[in-house]
Amino acid sequence: MSKNSFKVLRPGINTTFQDLGRDNLYHVGLPFSGAIDKRNFLIANSLITNKEDDAVLEFAYQGPLLEFSGSQTSIVITGNVNFKIIKKDTSEIKGECYRTYNLNNKDCLDIISTEKSVYGYLSVKGGFQINKFCNSYSTTVRAEVGPNDGKKIEIGQTIILNASESSIEKSLEYLNSKIEFIRVIKGTNFDYFSEDSIKDFTSKDFIVSKLTDRMGMRLSGPKIKNLKKTNIKSEGLGKGVIQVPADGDPIVMLSDHGTIGGYPKIAVVISADYDKLVQCPPGEKIKFKIISLTEAENLFKIYTMETKNIINKIR
Amino acid sequence: MIKNIYNLGDAALYCDFGDTVNKETNLKVINYFNDIREKNITGIKNIAPSYNKLIIYFDLELTNYKKIKDTVENLDISTCESAKTKKVKIPVCFDDEFALDLERVEKKVGLGKKEIVNQLISQKYFCYMTGFIAGMPFLGDIKEKIRLDRLETPRVKVPKGSVGITEQFCNIYTFESPGGWNIIGNSPKKVFTKDPTKLTLIDPGDEVEFFEISKKEYSKFNEQK
Repeated sequence: MSKNSFKVLRPGINTTFQDLGRDNLYHVGLPFSGAIDKRNFLIANSLITNKEDDAVLEFAYQGPLLEFSGSQTSIVITGNVNFKIIKKDTSEIKGECYRTYNLNNKDCLDIISTEKSVYGYLSVKGGFQINKFCNSYSTTVRAEVGPNDGKKIEIGQTIILNASESSIEKSLEYLNSKIEFIRVIKGTNFDYFSEDSIKDFTSKDFIVSKLTDRMGMRLSGPKIKNLKKTNIKSEGLGKGVIQVPADGDPIVMLSDHGTIGGYPKIAVVISADYDKLVQCPPGEKIKFKIISLTEAENLFKIYTMETKNIINKIR
Repeated sequence: MIKNIYNLGDAALYCDFGDTVNKETNLKVINYFNDIREKNITGIKNIAPSYNKLIIYFDLELTNYKKIKDTVENLDISTCESAKTKKVKIPVCFDDEFALDLERVEKKVGLGKKEIVNQLISQKYFCYMTGFIAGMPFLGDIKEKIRLDRLETPRVKVPKGSVGITEQFCNIYTFESPGGWNIIGNSPKKVFTKDPTKLTLIDPGDEVEFFEISKKEYSKFNEQK
């Protein structure tokens, strides 16, 4: 009997396989990658009763249109996503996030768009039949590594599923909340910038630019003035690091960032706020607030506990 | 030795080895990197060595800045063997088709093409670090005569395999990428492989030499496709 599968009728804008990311390869130039919104990734796998680190399909803005073939499979979508299921008899079911659905032969899953957010996740019971690269299912498109030959999902391709048949009924009441501030810790070159610019950085709005993807988020707003030097000796970067190039517009490094950079680092987004930051779509205003390392560590504990509590509410 | 340790955000340690960029400082960074990797310290997820810095990323669910800082400060690096390094030879074609910025380089350094190429291939280079894009080696130091600044406006797309120079360094673009280095040639050699047991052809600490090939040899040898 042939395996359960999806045929890709529309790939979506940036649909890739992701998991918790790939460790220990910064020194060769490979970033962590992985699901960019970790909380929504973990919730997706929990709802569908997969292992925590099973691969999902991550999509941005517009998701894929997938036609299912085989016996029954179970799926869930997390994030803030507008989607529908088109049954074989052409009747349509409007999809709700954080609720599992069972698909039957020739049903289509149409992931139309993410709403007032960027990323969403599709988790399928049992996961996908794909291979790990260096211990991870994450795709790093720029380096062409990971499942699917390191590429985004393409039109016409077939995605094979691991599970032969499944039926799951689970749901969760959950709303993705917004926060007033993106909290940051002072960066290693914080003192390169003028006092007025630091004031602007922590009090004025910055707008997420269209030049934003899994590698980085460009911001526009008040220009950040550098008093010392606009280039430093190239050195390591990390998720959430905010660099300011000579033009004065900050760039936040995201999960697929280049591993080395030579612009001064004004600040770093705290781990607890990273998921919220990446979901801000182009045009959205954000405000930064500087906090201490101890506060950031405490906020991370709260964030981790909250994630656990959310997952415990799955029924 | 490490001069200063700071936190970079809440999940990374930023180790500063001093302001100077030279082989001696960089070898210290590489030694620390190798040693920390071998010790398999709980919670460390990733380590990024560069010219004179070492950034250590850890899992905030398992450990924290203070614990990792204490561990790193108490490492006994003197017992660590110096890095195992190798010699690598890289073919480069300097045909006009690939030498995108030759004219600019000629003008800025006041030398002709033949002399620029000779300056580049007549010595061995030290690999300070790899990264930015997967496998890209930062090599140095190039002869003073051919040193110049980055492009004023970086290219949106530098072709895969491009060999570029800037300041005291040269490199190879392992993937098509945006970039601001002065491109003077192209290598058909695959510097980043997808073999998990040996991802990179050139690693920090390695000795690298370029040799010139013709366009005909380039097409025969092309691994970049």
